[in-house]
Amino acid sequence: MTPQDRFISIRNVDKYFGSFQAISDVSIDIGHGEFFSLLGSSGCGKTTLLRMLAGFENPSSGGIFIDGQPMTDVPPHLRPVNMVFQNYAIFPHLNVRDNIAYGLRRQKLSGAKVNGMVGEMLDLIKLPGYGNRKANELSGGQRQRVALARALILRPKVLLLDEPLGALDKQLREQMQLELRELQRTVGITFVFVTHDQEEALTLSDRIAVMSRGEVLQLDTPTGLYERPVSREVASFIGTMNFFDGRVTGSDAAGLTVDAAGLGTLHIPGPKGAFTDGDTVHVALRPERFELAGEAPAGESGHARGVVRNAAYLGERSHYYVELEGVEAPVAVSAQNGSGSSFSVSEGSPVWLKWHNEAAVVLRPE
Amino acid sequence: MSGESYIRRPNRPLQIYAVVFLILLYVPVMFLPLFSFNDSLYVRFPLEGFTLQWYGELFQRDAVWNALWNSVRVGVVVAVFSTTLGVFAAKAITRYRMPGKGPMVTFIMLPLVVPLIIFGVALLVLLSQLGVALSLYTVAIGHMIVCLPFSIAVLIPRFEGFDASIEEASADLGENAFWTFWRVTLPMVGPGVVASLMLTFTVSFDEFILAFFLSGTEPTLPMYIWGQLRFPQQFPSILALSSIIIFVSFVLVFAGQWINRGALSGSAKGSVS
Repeated sequence: MTPQDRFISIRNVDKYFGSFQAISDVSIDIGHGEFFSLLGSSGCGKTTLLRMLAGFENPSSGGIFIDGQPMTDVPPHLRPVNMVFQNYAIFPHLNVRDNIAYGLRRQKLSGAKVNGMVGEMLDLIKLPGYGNRKANELSGGQRQRVALARALILRPKVLLLDEPLGALDKQLREQMQLELRELQRTVGITFVFVTHDQEEALTLSDRIAVMSRGEVLQLDTPTGLYERPVSREVASFIGTMNFFDGRVTGSDAAGLTVDAAGLGTLHIPGPKGAFTDGDTVHVALRPERFELAGEAPAGESGHARGVVRNAAYLGERSHYYVELEGVEAPVAVSAQNGSGSSFSVSEGSPVWLKWHNEAAVVLRPE
Repeated sequence: MSGESYIRRPNRPLQIYAVVFLILLYVPVMFLPLFSFNDSLYVRFPLEGFTLQWYGELFQRDAVWNALWNSVRVGVVVAVFSTTLGVFAAKAITRYRMPGKGPMVTFIMLPLVVPLIIFGVALLVLLSQLGVALSLYTVAIGHMIVCLPFSIAVLIPRFEGFDASIEEASADLGENAFWTFWRVTLPMVGPGVVASLMLTFTVSFDEFILAFFLSGTEPTLPMYIWGQLRFPQQFPSILALSSIIIFVSFVLVFAGQWINRGALSGSAKGSVS
């Protein structure tokens, strides 16, 4: 690991509020220039962690380092980080220009220089000429951009974002996601982004830490989280996942043999060592990893017979719920439409489910 | 607007009651200005003609001006000190978690309901035990006790009305606690500060009981007025003086309320909800 990979280093941090433990033994390294997300449902500790990076809270134990410097006892106004608040915290008594220039006062710049820098920022956030607007004349999206500009004008080493898109409507949110990602590449600053929206985290981030009850469940790339979740909790938090109860019946150099309810016997390559014969496990498969077929497929892939309980046409994809024998919850299947298969499915029709065993993930029961 | 909802349905008896109530509340007060323009030494109907004589007499009496000046000085000092303390207290009450906050707030607010005569006697005993001579300073100390709860009551909604993250944003952008207070907190609670100054000045200016117990040889205006009631020929002038005080008090209190009108709604504009 190079110092660049440990630009932000969170070491064994605990945080208690009274007797309540908000963060328990979290260690995260964030690289320079990375777009890093803290993902979790409310109360998981992600905002507390972000506020500790900003300096609004101090760890009860453990340490936080930014660019090699220990941040313990460094007050917020002396930290090389800036934050975009959840409600943007635009100063209502100042206009846009004074909001953006707020943090520059310390630097004792000339008025012309400040105006120049504010102008550049207004261009960057695509609000040129808005300098004299009052804070209460701005829309939600505009406030969000002003909050960004106000933080970025100080050229922080790290930009902290606390659910900055939460207050925007869906369309604007998607547009701002693209702009935010583009902006991060332009300025090259490390972003630490807090969100409860897994889709948003997958879209934006280089890496994501999934948090729950103050702990990091998994820290991985979006692909890693989606394709190789380490626990049932992560698997069900990110996207949709089908789980099947199973038992390990054999393991060799090639992988595991698992008997799974509804799916039969699967030879799953990859996971070794972690499991031994007789272990109870969950076999997890994403909906899009299944295919529907009208007749028993030939060849290597796994297959099982079922009945379609529910079919929903969504344009580019269709979603089905298929009932398998020996499985209580119907299996969610997502199939691309117009992919060549002429097989038509309606509710109640018997089908064959097809899948590749490599796509299956074996998880420990919780 | 058409009045179909239960809450908005016009209620004629209630409207009449409200009007009668307001009349009963303010008519006695209105007698003061009425008789202050009456060309007679005696307060009685019928009125005997319009005169500004009593107002004119008022302006020729030094004792009135001395008492007025005493009251203004005490009022200004009390307003400034209790509002300053009120700002810090209101910020602490709304921003910080501290042990025993509830009882502390109750004790600060208690002078609003405890009879002032109790405070007057207590302070008089205390001050004489300490050997402090009675003066306008002791009156001011007494008035601070009464004015502080008013100041805090005016300021707390202001502090509650703006999101603590706005102060955090200032810290995050590089300003320490002192500059955050000057650049963000004070401008945002500014209207509340003005309202508090006006209200506390008015409360101190009108206060009689504590002034009566705690003043030395220099009377405040309410004490002067009370002293003059013994002299019938002075009475019309006192009516004139009282009318002026009523008018100025109304102006100050209403101006304070008007300046502070956005205490809660203004803050809602400040944040996206």
